[in-house]
Amino acid sequence: MKRTLMKRSFMAKLVVRVPYAWLVAFFLLPFLIVLKISLSQTAIAQPPYTPVFDLAAGWHGLVSFLAGLSLDNYAFLGSDPLYVLSYLKSLEIAALSTLILLVIGYPIAYAMTRTPRKAQAISVLLVILPFWTSFLIRIYAWMNILQHDGPLNRLLLALDLVREPPVWLSTNTAVYIGIVYSYLPFMVLPLYATLEKLDEALLEAAADLGCPRWKAFWLVTVPLSAPGVIAGVLLCFIPAVGEFVIPDLLGGSRTSMIGQTIWTEFFANKDWPTASAVAVVLVCLLVTPIVVFQHQTMRGIERD
Amino acid sequence: MRKLSAFNIATLFVGVAFLYLPIAVLVVYSFNASRLVAVWGGWSTRWYGELADDAPLLEAAFISLRVALLSASAATLLGTLAAVALVRFGRFRGRLLFSAMIYAPLVMPEVITGLSMLLLFVAISVDRGFWTVVVAHTTMAMCFVAVIVQARLVDFDMSLEEAAMDLGASPARTFMTVTLPLIVPAIAASWMLAFALSLDDLVIASFTTGPGATTLPIRIYSQVRLGVSPEMNAVCSIMVGVVGLAVIAASLLTKLSAARGAPARV
Amino acid sequence: MPALESNGALAKRDFAPWTDRTLQPLLRIEGVSKRFGAFTAVDRLSLDIYQGEFFALLGPSGCGKTTLLRLIAGFEQAGAGRIVLDGVDLAAVPPHRRPVNMMFQSYALFPHLSVAANVAFGLKQEGLPKAQIAERVADMLALVKLEDLGRRKPHELSGGQRQRVALARSLAKRPRVLLLDEPMAALDKKLRGETQFELMDLQRRLGLTFIIVTHDQSEAMTVADRIAVMDRGRLMQVAPPAEIYEQPNSRWVADFIGSVNLFEGRAGDDGTSVEGTALGRLRVATKIAAEPGAAVWVAVRPERLRVTAAAPAPDQTGLENGAAATLVDVAYLGGLTILRLRTEAGVPLQATIANTGRLADRAVSWGGKVWLSFPPEAAIVLTR
Repeated sequence: MKRTLMKRSFMAKLVVRVPYAWLVAFFLLPFLIVLKISLSQTAIAQPPYTPVFDLAAGWHGLVSFLAGLSLDNYAFLGSDPLYVLSYLKSLEIAALSTLILLVIGYPIAYAMTRTPRKAQAISVLLVILPFWTSFLIRIYAWMNILQHDGPLNRLLLALDLVREPPVWLSTNTAVYIGIVYSYLPFMVLPLYATLEKLDEALLEAAADLGCPRWKAFWLVTVPLSAPGVIAGVLLCFIPAVGEFVIPDLLGGSRTSMIGQTIWTEFFANKDWPTASAVAVVLVCLLVTPIVVFQHQTMRGIERD
Repeated sequence: MRKLSAFNIATLFVGVAFLYLPIAVLVVYSFNASRLVAVWGGWSTRWYGELADDAPLLEAAFISLRVALLSASAATLLGTLAAVALVRFGRFRGRLLFSAMIYAPLVMPEVITGLSMLLLFVAISVDRGFWTVVVAHTTMAMCFVAVIVQARLVDFDMSLEEAAMDLGASPARTFMTVTLPLIVPAIAASWMLAFALSLDDLVIASFTTGPGATTLPIRIYSQVRLGVSPEMNAVCSIMVGVVGLAVIAASLLTKLSAARGAPARV
Repeated sequence: MPALESNGALAKRDFAPWTDRTLQPLLRIEGVSKRFGAFTAVDRLSLDIYQGEFFALLGPSGCGKTTLLRLIAGFEQAGAGRIVLDGVDLAAVPPHRRPVNMMFQSYALFPHLSVAANVAFGLKQEGLPKAQIAERVADMLALVKLEDLGRRKPHELSGGQRQRVALARSLAKRPRVLLLDEPMAALDKKLRGETQFELMDLQRRLGLTFIIVTHDQSEAMTVADRIAVMDRGRLMQVAPPAEIYEQPNSRWVADFIGSVNLFEGRAGDDGTSVEGTALGRLRVATKIAAEPGAAVWVAVRPERLRVTAAAPAPDQTGLENGAAATLVDVAYLGGLTILRLRTEAGVPLQATIANTGRLADRAVSWGGKVWLSFPPEAAIVLTR
């Protein structure tokens, strides 16, 4: 039974309209502007692109404005292998990191649900706490550890596992370590939330019907944890594709991830139109996972 | 059947260690008397002392705090309104777009949101600086607030609201006197989250800031790009300490209010 | 021909306002319908409830009784029809302005407010002065015997105490009608019995009108002046408990309330007999309201079946309707014994006998042959 109780008084309408207006102004509109600028050319001017939309110019201004737009930037993206490689690398790193996160995060989330009730609150707190610490700090912490003469190498040398200290920083490996480390709470928490709601009675029923524990795990627990898995995977994969800080601080300079590419185009090359085009293509790539994520979360609310 | 197997205990232990070790290393090295990481020069607090003299750093910290306070408060207000609209207003026109605008920023890469907001400010000829960062952070954080408060509202026992109305309270009064007090923990938690997100944000701030409004992460980042330094270790350790204390205090507070009978389940 | 007009002959106490044609009902429900998508919860329902009644809505789950209650309270909007209270059409009145209060099944006590604050909540909305509120709260708490618990919070109370707080809170505003949504569902049996009598006492003393929703037959029979039996959104019968039990208007009602033995047959030519039943020809006491030859059913309550060791002598009157049967099963319930029997033709029947003596002294035994009979007055003839 859907119970809609709020009458549509003026105040009630405000409740919707105020956040709605804010989001349209500061989230939707900017996207449209990015789209527009991706269709523009660079210019040595302030702002550094042309054509500029001038309301005062009237209809004639509008026509010349539209005439000035072009898909040149997109053609440029397609032609230069630098960009294509950057996209591919971003997708690859994000996908592989997400996989590692799932493999590591699932046992942790599962172990958390097995702890006795009282300890569960503490274990959730322990997992969340690093998340509250600055993201930048945590990556910086890894810079400390992964230095050439840093503690990790010192440990490896002391344990006689290597003969020469390996190079960690400025490698893809460091980027993977950084992503997995930073995003772990984003994978563990949705998984934990779903696993925690699992009815113990289902597993007991499976056992009663002759199913051994490990098999019950695969046949009952894993399928029922699917919503949590989907949420965790999307929460990690999508932002990871556009990561900037981690590859910038920990990664190498050979190929950059797409987040770095946007940053460089924008701040170093001052090429706003190209940066915008790169961003638009990135959003297009991510649109499908984003829609799946939104659909999945809305289903959680609809189940009212 | 809630047994903790040896495998589970090992997993938890390794997982927690993995999460905390880098921070622990950071804190330890912030007390290293020697500048070089390779050499352990004994315990010292000299880097903390040097921090006090670092004026640009302190100013950046102050700016970050003000931005965080303002944007967290605005985001909490807007996000709570959005959550109420999503959960209680049924299927209103434009709901699909509304929910898309709430959920998309949660996963959107920050470079994209930062870039788009900057382009907006330029297009409408607004000078970038303190207030543009506040607006940007508010927009980003209100989505997190909306998601948290909405989760709490969905769980909320509707018969409490019906009982209030049955006893003569108008829908608005019902919300203020019954619903709001009971969802305050979720609202407080999301305020803190918005605060932490703002304090911590590098990418969006970099895009939307202007002269004279350098935030702490931007300052730290510019130093850190050049390599590891003990002053940075000290700054980071302080931030870790402050945040750790805040989170522990918050969870104690939640436990306290739960003991005083705040839960919605009768 | 819905037999919704009870003649008051079997009213519980000397109180049958529904028989008085000059009285206006307090609450009039006219042709109300409510649908949820494709599902019709309440189907063109009309009902009159009078001031001072303890009225029960009884029916199986999904019959629409709770929906009807919520329609009166204002938490649902009717798709069709009107609800008129004291002459005022409630359609335009939002729930927080209706002079109706509800006691929720889950009690819905505000967990962040004390007991006293909970009870005072409705009074505060009216804007009464503080002193008056405090006095009324004290009165209410005394009424439900919770005088010393004003400062406690709901989670510090037992289930029974919470129920009383919910009751006090819903009575504080002296509503015209009090709606009770399965108020005793969460209580254990003994407490339930005590609370039922307390509720009846309270209702009579305060002179209020109560409408209770319940799926528990014995509860409805205990507390109500009149019961409305509902099935799938429709009223089946509206009458005092005794009338529903002794004069059900259909097989459905006869079967829903208590247990019953049903015999299908055809109305006899003389108007007081039914032919062709499983027990042969049955004599009934009242005139059958059907054409001879029409299909009718004879309903006999288990406690009206007389079980004897042998067939009665032909001159013994009052036991004309009878048949031989075998005792199949016996359930001993302390105060009474339920006997399951089967006639020679294989028809299953149920009889109940009060245990006025010791079990060992009983004449009947398992698998034994007995004679069943019942007097014509015990037969209820149903035409649908």
